[in-house]
Amino acid sequence: MIGICSYAGYIPRLRLNRMTIFSAMGWLNPAIIMNAAGDKAVANNDEDSITMAVSAGLKCLNCFDPADIGTVYFASTTAPFKERQNANILAGALASGEEIRTADFCGSVKSGTAALLAALEFVAAGNENNALACAADCRLGKVSSVQEMVFGDGAAAIMVGKDNVIAAYKGSYSISCDFVDHLRGANSKYDRQWEERWIRDLGYERIIPQAIEGICKKYNLALSDINKVIYPCYYGGARKKINRSLGLDPAQVQDELMMDAGDTGSAHPLLMLAKTLEDASPGDKLLLISYGNGCDALYFEVTEEITKYPNRNRVSDAIKNQAELTNYLQYLTWRDMLPIEVGMRGEEDNLTRWSMVWRNRKAILSFEGTRCQECGTQQYPPQRVCVNPDCGAMDRMEPVVLAGKGGKITSFTSDMLAASTNPPAIYGNVDFNGGGRCMMDFTDCTLDDLQVGKPVNFSFRIKYIDTKRDTTFYFWKAVPSEEVPDNG
Amino acid sequence: MADGIRDKVVVLGMGCSVFGERWEDDSSDLLLEAYQECIADAGIEKKDIQAAWIGNHIDEVNIGKGGCYLANTLHLPFIPVTRVENFCASGTEAFRGACYAVASGAYDIVMAAGVEKLKDVGYGGLPDSPIFGQLARLINPNATAPGMFAQLATAYASRFNLPMERIKEAITHISWKSHQNGAKNPRAHLRKEISESQIADSPFVAYPLGLFDCCGVSDGSAMAIITTPEIARKLKPDQELVKVKALQISVSSGEEQIFNRWDGSGFMTTRQAARLAYEEAGITNPREEISMLEVHDCFSITEMVTMEDLQISPPGQAPDDIINGFYDLDGQVPCQTDGGLKCFGHPIGASGLRMIYEVYNQMLKRWPEDRLVNNPRLGLTHNLGGVPSHNVCSICILGTI
Repeated sequence: MIGICSYAGYIPRLRLNRMTIFSAMGWLNPAIIMNAAGDKAVANNDEDSITMAVSAGLKCLNCFDPADIGTVYFASTTAPFKERQNANILAGALASGEEIRTADFCGSVKSGTAALLAALEFVAAGNENNALACAADCRLGKVSSVQEMVFGDGAAAIMVGKDNVIAAYKGSYSISCDFVDHLRGANSKYDRQWEERWIRDLGYERIIPQAIEGICKKYNLALSDINKVIYPCYYGGARKKINRSLGLDPAQVQDELMMDAGDTGSAHPLLMLAKTLEDASPGDKLLLISYGNGCDALYFEVTEEITKYPNRNRVSDAIKNQAELTNYLQYLTWRDMLPIEVGMRGEEDNLTRWSMVWRNRKAILSFEGTRCQECGTQQYPPQRVCVNPDCGAMDRMEPVVLAGKGGKITSFTSDMLAASTNPPAIYGNVDFNGGGRCMMDFTDCTLDDLQVGKPVNFSFRIKYIDTKRDTTFYFWKAVPSEEVPDNG
Repeated sequence: MADGIRDKVVVLGMGCSVFGERWEDDSSDLLLEAYQECIADAGIEKKDIQAAWIGNHIDEVNIGKGGCYLANTLHLPFIPVTRVENFCASGTEAFRGACYAVASGAYDIVMAAGVEKLKDVGYGGLPDSPIFGQLARLINPNATAPGMFAQLATAYASRFNLPMERIKEAITHISWKSHQNGAKNPRAHLRKEISESQIADSPFVAYPLGLFDCCGVSDGSAMAIITTPEIARKLKPDQELVKVKALQISVSSGEEQIFNRWDGSGFMTTRQAARLAYEEAGITNPREEISMLEVHDCFSITEMVTMEDLQISPPGQAPDDIINGFYDLDGQVPCQTDGGLKCFGHPIGASGLRMIYEVYNQMLKRWPEDRLVNNPRLGLTHNLGGVPSHNVCSICILGTI
């Protein structure tokens, strides 16, 4: 049997209430009141599609050894690099090793299911025992646009494989057509769309039913036997129409998360699937449909294994973990949509020396340190001479990945002088569980969340953006947590 | 068997520029200002200088690398000039190089200079530069000096289970004292007496440090002429000899930042350098024997924890000693009698020599009555460069005994 072995959704902690946008920009485009209900999930200023995919991917590993991953796929229409395999950064952060296949899927918000299908077929072809498909998006609409209201940031990850399958893959059906409802040229930052009525009537309301009917016909399914139909469509009216035309009971249709997150693009079908799986029961039949210049439809059947799946990786928890971003201008600043004064300290040059990054890639991407085989001292960054003054052994180190270990705070501060688009910069010393320490940035917190001794987890984030060379550089940051991590 | 530097060299003369925002002056002007005073005080001529050391930290902003800048400014006649850099200990490193050169017998009379021109950076604070190298820049936070030193406070509060209010009270008194002393000093950068409430209520720079917990960022230069006790007695028979009693440098081994033993509430380097310096100088009870201190108060909290690292205050007692006036100008061990880095200012490469300048002149009783320390016999200067988890510490002890 081939199918889903694990799943995870990631919704960034910050939420921008859509009325905050309307209050700021409704004077220019009053029609956006139509989309002003609920919250839009907003990536922090140190998050992008890659970091969110890493967060989802790490969660999806869920006790699975990253060294056993056979392939890593990354889907996004907002990948930070046009040339430089984005999936390799993701795979590096997941510490999956280098003897694997990776690929980026892009070009449409349908790319999330394209990656998932490729992963399923990769395993089905007998290449490896498992494959990981991650999808994330962080799309931008222009100020006061419908897209700005509707889009949300988020990610999802689905692990597929042959063993411990919680939802068996039964088959797929696809439609691909150059239906240009949205487009973003190779050099554009913002989404552009055609008339909404046309998008709704000819796009969602026609192509999605066509895909659902197509897969049902192909596998001889009756829609009444399907427990959940999962499809993205942010037009409430269109959803009702689609459901009615197909004879779907609203209970059969997965909520589209518009009130809690928004349309997360490539990630959205997979995020909705993860949300469905958190409550799914053995025997449930699921149809997953993506939408973007056509549709992919996938058919799954939930197995008994889901009852043994550890802690169910609830997307609901990600929905609950939230803080409001009350200032719309802060959002615009983080997305580089306002010509702000960064100060001369913020203008200092930041050249990335790639030959050095290559040598240290495991320390940087995989947060890999060393453990002395003589005295057991864990240390970071990797050392050749043991730092333990009572040991000092040379070249007796073995690698140790610290990303999942967590740690505790030993000192901290919040710094108003450091250049940052999210001041104050909060950082401090963190002792890793199991030994070693690192001076680290803290994120997703305020000064009030910190105290000496408090536990932290680690999150892969943007370290800096070199605007002069259009380069994003990533490293790990500490996030204060209430619980001590399990695997410490 | 090596027996250290004690009593082998003396300070023959010193000079120090006015510290501050010297918008109209280049590094060369600052060096010349210190040089004119220094050479006159030493009672020698340029041709008597056999070798020179120049301490400077941020070469990018002004003087560049190598020893040429000092040689070219003074047009020193093809003598050896060495530029030294060891963070904020750079000035003391220049002094140390000069002292060892004389003690070795290689030279009779040498110069130690320090200069820094910080006010061409273009913004407040120290310039953002990868001081720990390129790899560290990719891993470490985009931290500033106040942010790194501020963490001493959170770690100290945790170690001694003290409320942050008590620490704030102590460090506020430290800054108040430096302003009191700096106001009396015509060469100091910041010369205004301010109230403790002004200090305590100043806006946060890096929690829990406010604006007045941070030292001045200044331009300046200081200089010394070093020779042997014999030559000094001959050249200046009427001047009491200010002898070098100890010179120590301790550099982080990496243990603080990587190993889990250090608790972040003080400096392993200072503790080591102090222990060795007291041994070198023959001091067994520093709290009783040291007459005055010039320490590296880059931030008020640094001064607080340093009082314990130097074994003047017992562990956990520095806040009490500070608040009780133990380190005030009229206290038992006056500290920062010239205003310190806080108010005299902190042109990095010059600071170590500026501290020695203050101890030297206090010992020769050259200051007006209202800022004189009562009969100082042993004075200690102390620099810290880098950050608490990763630093260079220098200690110099001078004495007339």
